[in-house]
Amino acid sequence: MEAIATEAENKQYSQFKEVFRRLVKRKTALIGLVLVGFFLLAGLLAPVLAPNDPLEHSLQHMLAKPSAEYPLGRDELGRCILSRIMYGARISLLIGLMVVSIGILIGVPLGVTSAYYGGKTDFIIQRFIDTMLTFPGILLALILIAMLGVGLQNVMIAVGISTIPIYARLSRSSVLAIKNRQYIEAAKSIGASDSRIILQHLVPNSLSPIIVQSTLHMATAILWAAGLGFLGLGVSPPTPEWGAMLNGGRLYIRVAYHVATFPGMMIFVTVLGFNLLGDGLRDALDPRLKL
Amino acid sequence: MTGQYIIRRLLIMIPVLLGVSLIIFTMVRVIPGDPAIILAGPHANKEQVDQIRAQLGLDRHPVIQYFSFLGNLFQGDLGRSTRTGLPVTKEIMARFPNTVVLALTAIILASLVGVLTGIIAGVKQNSIFDHISMMIALFGLSMPVFWLGLMLMLLFSIQLGWLPSVGAESWKHLILPAITLGANSTAIIARMTRSSMLEVIRLDYIRTARAKGLTEKMVIWRHALKNALIPVVTVIGLQTGTLLGGAVLTEIVFAWPGIGRLLVEAILSRDYPVVQGVVLLVASLFILINLIVDLLYSYLDPRIRYT
Repeated sequence: MEAIATEAENKQYSQFKEVFRRLVKRKTALIGLVLVGFFLLAGLLAPVLAPNDPLEHSLQHMLAKPSAEYPLGRDELGRCILSRIMYGARISLLIGLMVVSIGILIGVPLGVTSAYYGGKTDFIIQRFIDTMLTFPGILLALILIAMLGVGLQNVMIAVGISTIPIYARLSRSSVLAIKNRQYIEAAKSIGASDSRIILQHLVPNSLSPIIVQSTLHMATAILWAAGLGFLGLGVSPPTPEWGAMLNGGRLYIRVAYHVATFPGMMIFVTVLGFNLLGDGLRDALDPRLKL
Repeated sequence: MTGQYIIRRLLIMIPVLLGVSLIIFTMVRVIPGDPAIILAGPHANKEQVDQIRAQLGLDRHPVIQYFSFLGNLFQGDLGRSTRTGLPVTKEIMARFPNTVVLALTAIILASLVGVLTGIIAGVKQNSIFDHISMMIALFGLSMPVFWLGLMLMLLFSIQLGWLPSVGAESWKHLILPAITLGANSTAIIARMTRSSMLEVIRLDYIRTARAKGLTEKMVIWRHALKNALIPVVTVIGLQTGTLLGGAVLTEIVFAWPGIGRLLVEAILSRDYPVVQGVVLLVASLFILINLIVDLLYSYLDPRIRYT
């Protein structure tokens, strides 16, 4: 029994190694991995690496140009832009992770239930999803934030809820594709319960599109949260958040371009990293595209 | 495509729209902040506030408020803006054409550039053009629209002085916002066209066309393109709907007087009726466009039959 378990573990490990090997083989995916790594490092090591206190302001030096001590210059309140970008990475990372968790924890059960039970359950859940999908793009998050009020926690909830339909649709279609396979029938015929079939067979086997989607969604979450911050509906000041930093610098774009340029560039590079990594993961996890 | 299918799709729209209206109605009412107090101003006493509340109908039971909202909706009455006192339909109609012009210009630009890039990249797979254009497409997908807008403004309005930065007075004002809004869709359309093209040129009928001795040009433009563009049409349709609602950020950057900006202003000043009106309009349009796209899809591809 133990031997079988170890064998299974080994198999899982080599599968992971195989996916990783295929991932780093693609140049673009590798670039994505590096960009994401850069973002994670900036966020996690912000207290060590940041040259200055992100909250310390000095009106005397407002909008100061980049210098040795302040490599990316100072913002409209004289705060260090580089330090704020680094601390902002933590906020973006937190938002991304929470948004994806909310999307998966609510969306996947909805989709799996919908596909597995079919009939009326499917119809009701799908109309609910249809309703959510009638708010294009950032609109649903915008209405939710208006309802919940501004703040970090509410941004995560609002953006998280708006990603539920995508996970629900995705897991529904992957379960629909496998629910009539023989091994599911076999499980049913030996008397496995619905919850066992769902948790042991359906969910694990529809995992790869969800992993890919989650990576791509980190990108969307960061973009949307920054969009809300830009509209003044996001994380409240003086917390360093990229979208809000951009919004603050927007008014001074004629006299001090750096204040809005650098936070935007950081959003761009991070989102690009997650998109490249997501694309790479999709190719690595899809055996049909084996290199 | 059967008439029955269309009727069924239209009927399914009813519960979805009712759901949308109920969600909007509920959401808007739990927003913190009492519009009667805001409207009455800081120096009003309780009686004045109550009077305004009664005028707005906010003192009635929420269920009654919802049904009266629905009843008015069927008569095309969306109420009055609590901020300006004007009818919501009038407020929306003053702004909506601007958003339509912006979104349509953006989608036309995105379709032209996206489809053309996608075709060339697909036909010349793994060429330098393919690699570079797909990299740019990925940039387009990853760029925050508000940042792109600001950077374009910085370059073309502030540095070069070629184009106006904000406002909507002439066609020149349209160029930067349309490019900004369309960037994301251009990328999506280019990627879709490329992958669809790649799929189609591997099919047997293309090999047959080549074997017949047709020129490569003929094979691509007359044979492959027709089938490759079917999914692209769907994406363009869906993007059109998304742009109508997604214009919020672009409109804010360029001070474009559209419904996106109206919505943000309404949210910030707790103008319930305007929020409701704008969201209902965008959601209904989105549903309608999706339906048209679905029907168009089956018209373009006779292999797809809805029953």
